[in-house]
Amino acid sequence: MDPLTAWLLICGLAVTSFVPRGSFILFLHRLPLPAVVQRGMRFVPAAVFAALVIPDIAFAGGALRLGLENPKLIAVLVAGPVAWRTRNTLATIVAGMAALHLADRLLV
Amino acid sequence: MLPVLPGVATFGVISGVAMVGSGMTPLAAMAMSAATYAGTAQLAALQLLAAGAPMVVILFAALVLNLRFALYSLSMAPHFRDATTPRKWLYSYLLSDNGYAHFITRYSTHPEEPGKVGYYLGACTVIWTVWQASTALGVAVGAGIPTEWRLEFTVTLTFFALGISVIRDKAMAVAAATAAITAVLAMGLPYRLGLLVAVAAGIAAGVAAERWTP
Repeated sequence: MDPLTAWLLICGLAVTSFVPRGSFILFLHRLPLPAVVQRGMRFVPAAVFAALVIPDIAFAGGALRLGLENPKLIAVLVAGPVAWRTRNTLATIVAGMAALHLADRLLV
Repeated sequence: MLPVLPGVATFGVISGVAMVGSGMTPLAAMAMSAATYAGTAQLAALQLLAAGAPMVVILFAALVLNLRFALYSLSMAPHFRDATTPRKWLYSYLLSDNGYAHFITRYSTHPEEPGKVGYYLGACTVIWTVWQASTALGVAVGAGIPTEWRLEFTVTLTFFALGISVIRDKAMAVAAATAAITAVLAMGLPYRLGLLVAVAAGIAAGVAAERWTP
């Protein structure tokens, strides 16, 4: 990567990362929000995390794989109950990674 | 220790490895990490750059991925109402998925609890430090980590665990399930716009479920 591209990318990413973060805290805090938006706010984390995670699990190599031949699916089937019972991120990661590698071995 | 740190650290290492792997100098890589502090956008930008996408498209994709921060910002703004402007700049810069999730799971049920801004600053500073240190580690070891360890999956598992921990009632589960299904169906949309469509659908479904269930 040439230096000009690298620094353009750094400056561009700095702006496009900061503006959304500061949007409501810094710039739009006097904007009156309709009640429906305020009610919707509490669903943001659950919706964002689901939308980030599930496609990554469901797709492998660009194709939808919802069968047990998908090691990532097996990993979350194991990690899910652990996450639900323990509410512990580290325990979830350990269980999920162990299941992923085990499934990888068994499915080869 | 914050339960999110192992995920933060692994993602940091992965992001550091990816930056030097795409041909950035260690200095540029650390500058990007400090100036951007948004792993998902950084990794996506590098992928697009490698695929030959023009800078405008790369930055637009990064902005789209970062729009979830605007939702967090909206959700956090009332908590920071009384802070000074320089402090608001700092709190904005430190806003992250993990920091937000950690704060909101603790304070959404007791919004009036005292000391919450200090708690936010403390947790976010720890997360930021661990992120930058692990990124530096990733930059230093470069491509030395075997890809068959599949460390990138720990990032997915972190968000998975966070997602499950924020689901507290039926309406929330409806929101998550709707967002998940929509995200899968909308995978074909360019620039990962599917993420935003899915979040919007999830929120709408959650609000509707809350209204129409007894």
